[in-house]
Amino acid sequence: MRRKLFLSCLFLLLALFLSIAIGSVFLSPLEMWNTLIGRGAETSTAIVWKIRLPRTILVLLTGAGLSVSGASYQGLFRNPLADPYLIGVASGAGLGAVIAMSFQLPSSGLGLYLVPLAAFVTALLTVALVYLMARVGNTVPTSNLILAGVAVSAFAVSLTSFLMLRSSDEMRRALGWLMGGSIQNGWPSILAILPFIVVGVIVLLINGYSLNILQFGDDQAQQLGLNVTRTRVIILVAASLVTATAVSFSGIIGFVGLVVPHLMRMWSGADYRRLLPLSLICGGATLLLADVIARILLAPQELPVGIVTSLAGAPFFLWILRRAKNQGFW
Amino acid sequence: MLEINNLSVFYDARQVLENVSLTVNSGEIVALIGPNGAGKSTLIRAVSGTLPIKRGQVKANGQEITTLAPIYRARTLAVVPQAVHLPPAFTVWDTVLLGRAPYLNFLGQTSARDEALARQALEQVHALELAEKRIDEISGGEQQRVLLARALAQDTPILLMDEPTAHLDLRHQLELLQLVKKQAREKQLTVLLVLHDLNLAALFADRIAIMQNGVVCVAGAPAEALTAEILNSIYHVPVHIVRHPETDAPLIIPGL
Repeated sequence: MRRKLFLSCLFLLLALFLSIAIGSVFLSPLEMWNTLIGRGAETSTAIVWKIRLPRTILVLLTGAGLSVSGASYQGLFRNPLADPYLIGVASGAGLGAVIAMSFQLPSSGLGLYLVPLAAFVTALLTVALVYLMARVGNTVPTSNLILAGVAVSAFAVSLTSFLMLRSSDEMRRALGWLMGGSIQNGWPSILAILPFIVVGVIVLLINGYSLNILQFGDDQAQQLGLNVTRTRVIILVAASLVTATAVSFSGIIGFVGLVVPHLMRMWSGADYRRLLPLSLICGGATLLLADVIARILLAPQELPVGIVTSLAGAPFFLWILRRAKNQGFW
Repeated sequence: MLEINNLSVFYDARQVLENVSLTVNSGEIVALIGPNGAGKSTLIRAVSGTLPIKRGQVKANGQEITTLAPIYRARTLAVVPQAVHLPPAFTVWDTVLLGRAPYLNFLGQTSARDEALARQALEQVHALELAEKRIDEISGGEQQRVLLARALAQDTPILLMDEPTAHLDLRHQLELLQLVKKQAREKQLTVLLVLHDLNLAALFADRIAIMQNGVVCVAGAPAEALTAEILNSIYHVPVHIVRHPETDAPLIIPGL
């Protein structure tokens, strides 16, 4: 496990480096170092501190958050295809964020915190709705989960579009942001989501062992001494909090929460005490790489990172679906 | 010691257990038998605390189970569930070690003693060589033994089992029940188990409780409970009773 953590951290460092170095102007490692310790040239200082670093941190938090909450949803629903995007939580959170923004709150101070909070409330409502619709007894079959997710998600997206079309031009520009995640707003956004993400992620990480026990089903989990209802609620709330805050400033980014935990599961096994931290680190790194690709693919134009993750993630999802059909799920 | 007093359980509006009373003493093995749908598995689940109890009470070593938090309940009662879904990606070792869950902190950090108990439990069911295998790589019978090992690792005074011999071959059926009997005698383990095989029940149980339509209708020593009249009235088939040549226990042969 130590070795795997170390390798993941190396991967993350590489992704961080690429994300800060690559863009309209390439920064060499030396320039980057000088800038970070405050001895760089004026232009590179501006590029790093005003543009690349905030964007990098926001992408990192988003990728890490979506991926660790994806892994948690998978454990909670005992279904490896649960993903914040596929089960509709991300769209639900997007709706809440747009509702909050449509009140044109001040984009600093408390007003900024209301966006992730509103996203959190609608995300919780969405996940509760999807779960109730998809549940059969104590299990959630894949087909039900995905279908309920698609339906609820479509509903939330329609409401979101409706709100946007009725609002000002300024709001309408948010459409591009929400539907694919081109990250904006820099440091204030980071400050707004950081506390929520940190709290949510810590709660999820310390519930790894409980998630292990939950894999045996509610009856056995209870017979092994777990307070099943309480644990489920805690994990559901924490995962939804992390998803909602990630979505509220980065937009709806699909498949990171599905692909990364799945790869980690293949790499290091099903123990959630390993799976969650590895998903956290590699999820951040993976989204950073996707964001770098989004920036250079059609340079100087930047693509929303969500397009890159969906282009890569959707085929992967289909592959898992086929594999699961043939071999049964893990 | 396990005391079940006037227990009634409902699935929605349908009553599935009606005024069930049964006591299992420390060191005693009581086998639950009866036709399909009689409520045997329901009784095991209700006693283990996973079904809501409508009326009556279940006392485990004097403590009423509904007043116990799950973690303390799991230190008193261990359950070997009926052939169930097990998460395939876990190893046998991980699964057995989960029997120690009620004694661990929320991070699940195990001590040397926890690992020793898990190892000992795996040895007792002759499955130590399976430890590194994944659950989906072993047979149904092996899974059944692994679940018994997990329950033994839980180190509780009371053991509940729902058809633990269902997928086992003859040798493993006997070995499992002999092991359970040994534990009952040596550690004063209280055992309540569902068995479909009447002859195994007659050979290994100290007492037999027969269930029908959610009621325990007969309870007594094998020779008293397993009579041709009673079995005929429960299962609606003619049976003959003969005696085991070594132990004189009743053996049931279906009539034609």
